[in-house]
Amino acid sequence: MPKSKFHVVTTVNGDSVEFLCEPQQTLLDVLRDELHLTGSKEGCGSGDCGACSVMLDGRLVCACLVLAVEANGHSVETIEGMAHGDDLHPLQRKFLEHSALQCGVCIPGFLVAAKALLEKHPDPTETEVRYWLAGNLCRCTGYDKIVRAVLDAAVEMRTG
Amino acid sequence: MQYESPQSVDSAVSLLAAGADDARVLAGGTDLLVQLRAGMIEPALVVDIKNIRETREIAREDGGFRIGAAVSGAEIGEHAALKEAWPGVVEAVELIGSTQIQGRASMGGNLCNASPAADTVPALIAAGAVCRIAGPGGQRDEAVESICTGPGRTSLAKGEFVVSLYLPARPPRSADAYLRFIPRTEMDIAVVGAGVNLTLEASGECSAARVALGAVAPTAILVPEAGEALVGSMLNEPDLERMAAAVRAACHPIDDKRGTVEYRVKVAGVMARRACGIALDRARSQ
Ligand SMILES: Cc1cc2nc3c(=O)[nH]c(=O)nc-3n(C[C@H](O)[C@H](O)[C@H](O)COP(=O)(O)OP(=O)(O)OC[C@H]3O[C@@H](n4cnc5c(N)ncnc54)[C@H](O)[C@@H]3O)c2cc1C
Ligand code: FES
Ligand code: FES
Repeated sequence: MPKSKFHVVTTVNGDSVEFLCEPQQTLLDVLRDELHLTGSKEGCGSGDCGACSVMLDGRLVCACLVLAVEANGHSVETIEGMAHGDDLHPLQRKFLEHSALQCGVCIPGFLVAAKALLEKHPDPTETEVRYWLAGNLCRCTGYDKIVRAVLDAAVEMRTG
Repeated sequence: MQYESPQSVDSAVSLLAAGADDARVLAGGTDLLVQLRAGMIEPALVVDIKNIRETREIAREDGGFRIGAAVSGAEIGEHAALKEAWPGVVEAVELIGSTQIQGRASMGGNLCNASPAADTVPALIAAGAVCRIAGPGGQRDEAVESICTGPGRTSLAKGEFVVSLYLPARPPRSADAYLRFIPRTEMDIAVVGAGVNLTLEASGECSAARVALGAVAPTAILVPEAGEALVGSMLNEPDLERMAAAVRAACHPIDDKRGTVEYRVKVAGVMARRACGIALDRARSQ
């Protein structure tokens, strides 16, 4: 008999988490609607906008294109794991300093994606930043301030 | 919808063979989830192949590389030895989507989704890549160009799936390249794609060549006449023009807002020449 609900055991932002889900539910649906982690946004639901960006086993992915059951036994990191209490991640501070946001819907995705970039390439060129973030769409800022905030955060994170 | 994540090739085959005809394999899901969510497909069974070891490894084999069908683009791009041996295949993989899509998208999925514009398929065909297919009758090996039969259609029978792709050993002075034309610089679908794979003699004469095209016919196509135009030549201007003429003659593109027939045919010749130039530089610099 096909099971209708799946029992999924996963790690979200370092905490062990269990949930029940339908096989067709996406990871994004479960993060937002079951786990109430609403930082990840659904902009398009088709992999085009990056507003749902999360890390799955250390890889940047679109949570809208992952089935929640696929997270079983794996580890997920979301925007909610980025700050430590009131202590913002350097990228978050730099986005604020550079006013790199307007409506803010795209920003959790940009932050998660930018963090993944700086972990892999601590000293990216502007071109590298723009290509890495090409899967994150923003309808407000025009991108320039976002790119500058990422480059500035990279400098701070390298020099400490 | 039933979801299964078998740990072995055999159990995946059993599940797919026993399932309804609309059962689907799930690799990275970057095509499948889009289709599921849009209601384009409603499969009763989805078989996730990512927990099967053979679909997730890149291994050396007989001087070539065996690449699991579900290995992600990001993993392929990070494999230095593979990139050195097959720069054209790897650059085609890396063109797929964004960083996020690269985290999941696989070559097996790109091939079996059977889009005429899929970027890795011309590069794999030019490379002479061979698929290992598992099914109820056991395993068989098939050339990549025999898999897609039309938009969204493949030659895979019920119960079958692609386990891995094999890229053969390289003679010295061999290199490949893939180029696509898109109206934007990122995140777009190929209007034309061209893959070229060359081997040179020590004299510089071309001893083997394969040219394949994407987005100019219902499936990616091998153009044997284009390769033949190069073999035995020193790859001079008239040789490249004969190759490009063979490419243009092989195109049967659609006419749409992204490009007219005339435009796609012309651009196919240009892309094939440029890809050939890149492959040649790579082969000469070895
Ligand atoms: C935003 C975005 C941008 C994209 N950009 C590009 C692009 O630039 N170029 C491009 O070519 N594609 C692009 N794609 C399409 C897609 O990412 C690729 O085709 C990708 O390679 C699919 O791989 P996957 O592992 O995600 O496949 P899945 O979605 O898991 O599967 C795709 C199809 O193949 C079948 N399948 C998968 N693996 C196997 C197997 N091993 N054996 C048999 N059947 C199998 C599935 O059942 C399904 O029908 C893009 C997609 C998105 C969402
Ligand atoms: S909501 Fe996932 S990419 Fe847009
Ligand atoms: S700040 Fe509004 S979409 Fe980016």
